[in-house]
Amino acid sequence: MSVRDLWAGYDGNAVLEAVNLEIDRGDMVGIIGPNGSGKSTLIKTALGLIKPIKGEISILGAKGSLERHLVGYIPQAELVDWDFPVTVADVALMGRYSLRGLFRRTTKEDREAADSSLELVKMFELRNRLIGELSGGQRRRVLLARAMAHSPELLLLDEPMAGLDATTQHQLLDLLDQLRSNGATVVLSTHDLSCVSSRCDKACCLNRKQIAFGKPSDVLNEQVLGDTFGTHLLMVHLDGQAYAYQHHTHSDEHSEPERLPGNGHSND
Amino acid sequence: MIDFLLDPWEFAFMQRALLAACLAALVCSVIGVFVVLRGMGFMGDAVAHSSLAGMSVAYFFGGSVFWGAFAWAVPASLAITFISRKAKVKVDTAIGIIFASGFAIGIILMSQVNNYTADLFALLFGNVLAVSWEEVFLVALISGGILLVIIMFYKELLFTTYDATMSAASGIPVRFLQYLLPVLVGVTTVASLRAVGIVLVIALLITPAATAALLARRLPAIMVFSVLVGLISSVAGLYLSFHADLPTGPSIVVVATGIFLAALLFSPSNGLIWQARR
Repeated sequence: MSVRDLWAGYDGNAVLEAVNLEIDRGDMVGIIGPNGSGKSTLIKTALGLIKPIKGEISILGAKGSLERHLVGYIPQAELVDWDFPVTVADVALMGRYSLRGLFRRTTKEDREAADSSLELVKMFELRNRLIGELSGGQRRRVLLARAMAHSPELLLLDEPMAGLDATTQHQLLDLLDQLRSNGATVVLSTHDLSCVSSRCDKACCLNRKQIAFGKPSDVLNEQVLGDTFGTHLLMVHLDGQAYAYQHHTHSDEHSEPERLPGNGHSND
Repeated sequence: MIDFLLDPWEFAFMQRALLAACLAALVCSVIGVFVVLRGMGFMGDAVAHSSLAGMSVAYFFGGSVFWGAFAWAVPASLAITFISRKAKVKVDTAIGIIFASGFAIGIILMSQVNNYTADLFALLFGNVLAVSWEEVFLVALISGGILLVIIMFYKELLFTTYDATMSAASGIPVRFLQYLLPVLVGVTTVASLRAVGIVLVIALLITPAATAALLARRLPAIMVFSVLVGLISSVAGLYLSFHADLPTGPSIVVVATGIFLAALLFSPSNGLIWQARR
């Protein structure tokens, strides 16, 4: 996926300015930024849900009109209606709808693909559960199964870690690594710096415009994070991992980072 | 007992009423499931009320009130969706304006007809016992059309109702469906005007579906239960109306409400009684 001088937003107002990304096949890319920084806008533009104001995104060589069946998407979990009367299997099957046009019923092949997608995320046993009866981690895995059901080559995940405990986060990341070993490219947005520094190949720091893009070890420094979150952050490198610590004296109330890595402690 | 059950159907007007009421209940119960899931009940109510304008125009000029209602309901449904999407007006505000304006125009027109209270009463509260074969045929045509559209777009309606963003990302024509569903709801209310009248259409639209949501877990099962509740309410309401000499539309609504209350209290999974005892 490559993004060239992308400007995007709503009703002609740019939320996102001058973004340039070059993402290689098989990469895992973490998009970092505070709330309202344009992370979701970038993902939605890549999905074709928002038209760019300027610039372009090309995915797998296809410009403009996107090959939908090549892209899988996981929306923010809190935007999904978990009270809706559908089962785990129903949701996974929805992932196949992009392959079937209007008026076409789903086939046996679709159901088998949805089932094997559920097996991949270890949710097959719970396939007849209503989605409202699932735990947070299980819900995330159902959404992943739906995104995987049509074997996409690019996965776009909007804050997949939010609200998950550390163990579940790592299980999810392990699953994503497994998909990458099969050739999939993963782009995820997150607030979790340690996840990006330890698990991603590239990091993209956004705050309405692109602050930095590159290898996490090159990009995640105090200067960049300060510009991204609008506050002074102290970086500590430990066993090859980067942790950010916040100086509360320097933070202003408009741009506080809302979540720092779970194992970091504020030093005020 | 047998006489109690068979007596009503010796009359042709009761046979027509049964057909018209059951068709209305069938189509309302199916579309009602989407209405309840999407919280569109008030929208259906508004389209029905505003249709009074179209019915009055038709009535005034001696045309079929059915087609009058139909001709009003479709643009009214589209207008509600369009205003709320484009004009920075909240959807319940758009609904309220369409609701009141259509109803007001209807009342003004009806007031120009001599002896208008009796006719107005029939439009507002339905008069299924006076339904003609021609009207039964029209209701069947409209109901069949709506059911056909729902079957054709079932997969897409399910997906957009559940998750509009994701379905848009999957290439499903979400905008088309966001206009289609309100139009289907509007046309459904037209199909039920004879059975229960303008004021009570909302009951047929939401009560069976809401009852079914208490009794079943998955969407297809909810639809089946909704249709059962709708049909049982119509038949039982007609019996109640015939034997107790009560107005038919309200009788159907009262029976449906009774079933809803029973489900609310005694549903195996969601019943208040069991919840209280736990």
